Amino acid sequence: MKQHAELDTLVVGGGVVGMAVAYGLARAGERVRLLDEGDDAFRAARGNFGLVWVQGKGLDRPAYARWTLEAARQWPAFAQELAQHSGVDVELSQIGGLIMCMDEAELAQRAAGLAAVRQQLAQPYPFDVLDLKQLRALSPLVGPEVAGAVFCPLDGHVSPLRLLRALFQSFQNLGGELCAGVAVDAIAQRNGAFYVRTGGTEHVAAKVVLAAGLGNRALAPLVGLEAPVKPVRGQILVTERVQPFLRHPSLHVRQTGEGVVQIGDSKEDVGLDDGTTLAQLARISERAMRCFPLLKTVNIVRTWGALRVMSPDGFPIYQASTACPGAFVVTCHSGITLASQHAGPLADWIRGGQQPADISGFNAERFHV
Amino acid sequence: MFRPIDTPLARASVTLHVQGRPITARVGDTLAMALLNAGVVPFRQTPVSGQARAPLCLMGVCFDCLVEVDGQQNVQSCMVEVCEGMQVRLPTGARRAEDAA
Repeated sequence: MKQHAELDTLVVGGGVVGMAVAYGLARAGERVRLLDEGDDAFRAARGNFGLVWVQGKGLDRPAYARWTLEAARQWPAFAQELAQHSGVDVELSQIGGLIMCMDEAELAQRAAGLAAVRQQLAQPYPFDVLDLKQLRALSPLVGPEVAGAVFCPLDGHVSPLRLLRALFQSFQNLGGELCAGVAVDAIAQRNGAFYVRTGGTEHVAAKVVLAAGLGNRALAPLVGLEAPVKPVRGQILVTERVQPFLRHPSLHVRQTGEGVVQIGDSKEDVGLDDGTTLAQLARISERAMRCFPLLKTVNIVRTWGALRVMSPDGFPIYQASTACPGAFVVTCHSGITLASQHAGPLADWIRGGQQPADISGFNAERFHV
Repeated sequence: MFRPIDTPLARASVTLHVQGRPITARVGDTLAMALLNAGVVPFRQTPVSGQARAPLCLMGVCFDCLVEVDGQQNVQSCMVEVCEGMQVRLPTGARRAEDAA
């Protein structure tokens, strides 16, 4: 490994958030070392659904809607760039996504929410409300119980595992150092440098970025920051491979590039339990079968639970430490959607640039009310 | 390749159809056993690589013996018993996306 003084930034956390930031910094020429825990860590990045999603994000929070919109717009270029650096195709498909509604009231409520976001934004915010007939023109195998859907042409999906792989590979190809299987025990700042201890090793760099997901809760106070994040469990089922029938992802069902149908989701407050329950899996399956009756005969091959990283209001925490200049906390729930922004404008800010205007409100002080 | 072990109890036979071709099996045989006895190897081509597959475990674990039984796709043939008139098709690649009957 390189000598201490040669490192610009230590990134703590090798999930999709930490990797996007680390990749962005390495791409800009920084010397970066990434510290990642082992496979016994809670890894949202290895259990998530893989949506690049705009619609419904930032209701009552226009800055978040704009941040998300820009992330979605940057995704095609981001995916292309990752493929060039890593040779990994992340299977981005961004031809629009659907939120399916089982009754008219739900559909009307969704549409009203999006109309409100559209009104608050000073830029185009495309979406269409589809009745069942219009929906079936897009997605012919939708079941008769579905009332309709909201379609947003900016929505899409990627393979989250391929994305993570592409980020790791790109990061390493750009000279980034990966230090896996280590946990941060202590962080100290002396003479303008951060000394981060993992077991018997000390890592030294000018900056440190905490992107450790749920681990940020304990790490942030070490550098004068806070990250009051909590786990929210989601459960997912995946089926055997099916010949392609579903082009547009929805919040609950998507078909992967390999043909697997991925089915979610649930939101449960169960602490650090990332297991599955029959009750939730049954509920999730039942809804998916109402949306797509053909799923009734398709075999499930695997199920899992994973823990989302949620702040008290659900929005990200992006903050630079004033007590320890050069330390940052980065945490959010939508690590896939926002990956393009994290590798771009967020990494530029960490390098010393201007903080993007849309994220200036996402500090932890907002929780002190 | 496969031979039934001789048993003292004679069992009645049934006829089933594999890709439209009739084969004879003994009552009580699993479908996988009947297909192996009839020399139906491989059972399928995988969705991932298109490679040929035949049963490995014969006890419901490996999922390599998947076939289509009476219109139901990707059935573990080692876990179902043969019956008269059963229609069996051998899958090629991923299952078809069809509305449930």
